[in-house]
Amino acid sequence: MSGAVVVAWLRLAASRVAAERVHLTDLDAAIGDGDHGINLDRGFTALEARLSARDVSTEAAGPLLALAGRTITGTVGGASGALYGRALLRAAAALDAWPIDAGPPVARVAAALRAAVDGIAALGRSRPGEKTMLDALVPAVEAIEAAATVGADLADALRQAADAAEAGARATRPLLATKGRASYLGERSIGHLDPGAVSSALLLGALADAAAGGV
Amino acid sequence: MVALVLVGHSLELLHGLRAMLAQAAPGLLVGVAGGTDAGALGTSAPLILDAVRSVLAASPEGAVVLLDLGSAALALELALEELEPSERAVVRVSRGALVEGAVRAAVEASGGGSLASVVSASETPAGRDKLPDDWPVDGAVPGGIAERPGR
Repeated sequence: MSGAVVVAWLRLAASRVAAERVHLTDLDAAIGDGDHGINLDRGFTALEARLSARDVSTEAAGPLLALAGRTITGTVGGASGALYGRALLRAAAALDAWPIDAGPPVARVAAALRAAVDGIAALGRSRPGEKTMLDALVPAVEAIEAAATVGADLADALRQAADAAEAGARATRPLLATKGRASYLGERSIGHLDPGAVSSALLLGALADAAAGGV
Repeated sequence: MVALVLVGHSLELLHGLRAMLAQAAPGLLVGVAGGTDAGALGTSAPLILDAVRSVLAASPEGAVVLLDLGSAALALELALEELEPSERAVVRVSRGALVEGAVRAAVEASGGGSLASVVSASETPAGRDKLPDDWPVDGAVPGGIAERPGR
């Protein structure tokens, strides 16, 4: 994955987070503290500003993801900031550590996504089924790994990952939250989508679209 | 003297608490990391790392971190991962309540307490000694003091 795709992804993600700000916040108001969209929008707006302030045209994917991770970690503010920041930093490290010519691009991106998702699970002490972003992200990483195994190209594999994330996010509605602020609600958390799973699906959808754009 | 670092969602809250600590323990070094980089409510791993590092630079005996709730622990964990082993060796994190724990920690630290004893002091259950022993355990408001037995 090139640096240009990463920049295109982060910018597309920023514009979609801004567009979905109210929706994400409303989802969070139902079962959390009602700031998820506001927080993410603040972070991605800061990220957009930092991208615009430097010449990103020649930067590699790893350092760009690290910049995004540091920015999100410092500006989003809630648990989602720490978790997404951790994910971006882990993805950056995985891309940087990937040996040149070790398999096709899709394998490298799958390894980065796996590192990102494992980082979220470890920091959050969580796993799928607990009504969190992992309910979107784990199916997504499994989808891209399966696609990589059968030789799909990167854009196709990311589309399958994004579709799996979307389905995973929709499937959080009947789940009982046992992590984070939503867990305070106990059974009243059932019947609502998890805002973190929805924003995860949004971010992966933007990644698939950026990769498909052939930037 | 062992220093303290306060981590929380609101910088104003931490500044207020630091003023209380200065009264209880003059000379105590207290770092704060509150809110996001942009000054919104929340926690920021980079700000926490900066606060810990600047306190350690002035306090070779080390620092005890107290935090509020929710994402503070996640951001703190991200920040502390960045520390060098030599820095990590002189940092401790308290499970104590932020306000009560920090006041107890401040008193212990100003008395020359070690990292371990400052943590231990800060983790004394917050509900103890805040109200008189004869206050109803369910929190109900009792009648006038004169009406209570033993007075």
